[in-house]
Amino acid sequence: MSAAATRTAKKLFIFAIAMFGFGYAMVPLYNVFCDVTGLRLKGKTGEITETVAATVYVDPNRLVTVAFDTNVNSALPWRFKAQQYTMKVHPGVITEAVFVVENNSNATVIGRAVPSVVPTQAALFFNKTECFCFTKQTLTAGERKEIVVRFVVDSKLPKKINTMTLSYTFYEAADSKNVAQSDSNTVKAIDIKS
Amino acid sequence: MSYAAVHDDVHHDHKPTGIGRWLFSTNHKDIGTMYMVFALIMFFIGGAMAMVIRLELFQPGLQFVDPQFFNSMTTVHALVMIFGAVMPAGVGLANWMIPMMIGAPDMAFPRMNNMSFWILPFAFALLLSTFFMQGGAPAGGWTMYPPLVLQLGDGLPFLIFAVHFLGISSIMGAINIIATVFNMRAPGMTFMRLPLFVWTWIITAFLLIAAMPVLAGAVTMLLTDKYFGTAFFDAAGGGDPVLFQHVFWFFGHPEVYILVLPSFGIISQIIPTFARKPLFGYASMVYATASIAFLSFFVWAHHMFTAGMPLAGELFFMYATMAIAVPTGVKVFNWTATMWRGSMTFETPMLFSIGVLFMFTLGGFTGLMMGITPVDFQYHDTYFIVAHFHYVLVPGIVFGIIAGVYYWLPKWTGYMYDETLGKWHFWLSTISVNVLFFPMHFLGLAGMPRRIPDYNTQFTDWNQIISIGGLAFGLSQLILVWVVIKCVRGGEKATDQVWEGAHGLEFTLPSPPPFHSFTTPPKVTEAMAHS
Ligand code: HEM
Ligand SMILES: [Cu+2]
Repeated sequence: MSAAATRTAKKLFIFAIAMFGFGYAMVPLYNVFCDVTGLRLKGKTGEITETVAATVYVDPNRLVTVAFDTNVNSALPWRFKAQQYTMKVHPGVITEAVFVVENNSNATVIGRAVPSVVPTQAALFFNKTECFCFTKQTLTAGERKEIVVRFVVDSKLPKKINTMTLSYTFYEAADSKNVAQSDSNTVKAIDIKS
Repeated sequence: MSYAAVHDDVHHDHKPTGIGRWLFSTNHKDIGTMYMVFALIMFFIGGAMAMVIRLELFQPGLQFVDPQFFNSMTTVHALVMIFGAVMPAGVGLANWMIPMMIGAPDMAFPRMNNMSFWILPFAFALLLSTFFMQGGAPAGGWTMYPPLVLQLGDGLPFLIFAVHFLGISSIMGAINIIATVFNMRAPGMTFMRLPLFVWTWIITAFLLIAAMPVLAGAVTMLLTDKYFGTAFFDAAGGGDPVLFQHVFWFFGHPEVYILVLPSFGIISQIIPTFARKPLFGYASMVYATASIAFLSFFVWAHHMFTAGMPLAGELFFMYATMAIAVPTGVKVFNWTATMWRGSMTFETPMLFSIGVLFMFTLGGFTGLMMGITPVDFQYHDTYFIVAHFHYVLVPGIVFGIIAGVYYWLPKWTGYMYDETLGKWHFWLSTISVNVLFFPMHFLGLAGMPRRIPDYNTQFTDWNQIISIGGLAFGLSQLILVWVVIKCVRGGEKATDQVWEGAHGLEFTLPSPPPFHSFTTPPKVTEAMAHS
């Protein structure tokens, strides 16, 4: 094997390692790319302050239907329901929707809700000032809790969209297990049906 | 360039003997042979799995295997065929032919060559051992999408490490090939005089080095998501499962060109030989291959049209996919033009090459159809896509490899193979492969989904025809095994040139060639450069 061949091989080896790194770099790069190009349509919704929300133009002539969809990951022993299945709102009006979560197990569990909006084009125009999904939720054994989301639909929402669905899925948070262990009730129920 | 110091035993031509010859081999021909034999074994293992799939699908309802095992069959069939049969066969041919084609004594790194081969049986032992584990073999599809793949039992780390090893093996192979071609060409063998098979392999090797590490990264993320609490693809932890699809297909689409380019290279050698004309548009072939490889990094999301993408993204990936058809069209045009007014004869390698030309193009057309975003919403995840990729993969790539085997077999063994049996092999394969895959288009358009063990009764007739075609195709491949065994044993002596119209350095060596190809470098002139 000649020295020149070894040099070629070294360069190619570095290239391979760099491509391995590039695979990982793709994780943040996708988000950066979506932000830079304005192509973010992962169904993720925006977070704004009440003051900003108050400045959104209110369109009294338009009514948009917002439907609510609730899901619980099978690993999480919770019940999760929306108190209202749909709401009719005027774009620009800050509205509050109430949900109920209940811990069916006999241990403390931490859950985390992940939101999404369909149609995905509507997500850009759906903003929240307050949401239970911004933070993790801790429920002690058997606890039942009302949680809220306050949202405003942007009046720039394209005319062809009249209905949007806000969907949440509750998952067990990664640090939930540790809590359950330090809990006095160390036995974690897995009976979801009750 | 040190021709004399390639490795220790360069000065004598007797081969090492016994099992040690193979275990510790550093000889490009022996390693090439091992790759080819390994690929053939994996081809039959993967084929047996396909037979299980077709047996279950012979009738609607569940007859022979349970759905979980059925899903393992589709998943592992694909992994075995792609990584175990097609890729090693390509590397095997590269090992055998590239040093002879560029006038080198051996590969640049003979020991690394040995290692990249021996990793393969090890990796597949890992993968296939999952059949005996708690939770069974991978069953979530060869694309390994989370969260489904993460539900696999004890087999998951084995699947992931197998993919790692396969990646390492092919990256080492690729580095070796590039280092060999860049540094060990005979005097006068300029880049634009390289045979097209060598060109397609350089480009494939670059694709491998760029794409395989990304796959390794993606599966490592799966591993850490499952066992180390990361959340790359886990929505609960703020990750996104669709991200995996982006990373996977960033590897996945270049991978399809990794599979097909060597086949393109092989038929670019064979068609001029049997048309007895130089390859039409040599330079445009090189540039077209390079453009295909370059573009292949910008089309990955055509696998994700239905996964949810902004309109601008759907359009971009649709147009980029259409764009690949242009350089591919150049190649198809050039092969056809090479045959135009040639004095053609139709020996088995030529028959298989013409088969590639027709049937790869057919598969390319269905690819174009699926590249049109709105219609892909209908075709996606149906048997239509199964028809598409089997057309490009089996008559497009496997036929190309078989053509190469027939073409160079007399060179390797020193004997002519049995032409009558070869022709039988071609015609039986070609008829059965179409009986096997063509009706899949109809089933897909009628709405039969892929990866299911059961189906509605109106799909029964075509499924039975497909299963019969599958069995016939599988059995036809036994002819190839017989032809190869017969040819290794003896037969009519092959001349150095083997084929009347053959050109290139490999045909200046005796048949079979000496253990070390060119111990003194040949002088290459324009006249003897690429046929
Ligand atoms: C070069 C040889 C090719 C090979 C080996 C190949 C292979 C494949 C494979 C394996 C898949 C299925 C992936 C899966 O499991 O989901 C696929 C899908 C696809 N291919 Fe190809 N392909 C080739 C050429 C092409 C060409 C030339 C085009 C278009 C110009 C194309 C367009 C597509 C599209 C759009 C899909 C996605 C279909 C869907 O999921 O709905 N392919 N191909
Ligand atoms: Cu693709």
